[in-house]
Amino acid sequence: MIGFVRSVRLWFVPGEVRREGTTPDYRFSLANERTFLAWLRTALALIGGGFAVDQFLPDLSRGWRVGLALALLAAGVLCALRAVNHWARCERAMRRGEDLPVSRFPALLSLVVAVVAVVMVVVVLVGWEG
Amino acid sequence: MTGADAAPADRDPGLQPERTRLAWRRTTLSGTVVAVLAGKTALHDGATTVSVLAAALCCALWLAFLRIAHGRITTLAAAHRPRDLTPRHAAAAALCTLALAVCGAFLVR
Repeated sequence: MIGFVRSVRLWFVPGEVRREGTTPDYRFSLANERTFLAWLRTALALIGGGFAVDQFLPDLSRGWRVGLALALLAAGVLCALRAVNHWARCERAMRRGEDLPVSRFPALLSLVVAVVAVVMVVVVLVGWEG
Repeated sequence: MTGADAAPADRDPGLQPERTRLAWRRTTLSGTVVAVLAGKTALHDGATTVSVLAAALCCALWLAFLRIAHGRITTLAAAHRPRDLTPRHAAAAALCTLALAVCGAFLVR
């Protein structure tokens, strides 16, 4: 938890990052920025998926529809938060010359997406209308 | 022709600022798709006060993201060695995305 609070401080206090270590080659920083943007796009895609479930599966019972949509929206929120956190941690690691942080998040996210996809296929095929 | 001689040494072989600029554009485009879907959701289910407010907020957030992206693109284009993305900008971009999802939660009913 303390680590998380420190990370959040890191997002909003730019001087804090810049004070540590040495400035890496700007190309590495830009690559880190693009990775961050790719994760933001993933988050936006999940949010768009939430809207799409709500809009394009009208035959589904309300509970399933809203449940799936909210699950996708929540995944989008997590993904956006993780994007900025990972960006800040990578930036700090590059400045300090440490190894880049490892993360379980990509594996977790793929599992969640796979489960949601399977649930959607089953729900649409069986056509549970509650 | 000194410019032509100097250019190959100075050129960034990976075109990193260009790629980063395009990444910001792609991300803005993804945000546009989400904002349009939000508008569709708000109008489709019969506009209530909450849904109209949430959709308006989505548009405002999209504009905010556009502003952040445009500012960053300008910075990337201005300097030969572009300055790094500041944590504040990164956090602002992520918070816009997050807020879009929260508005979505009010729209999906």
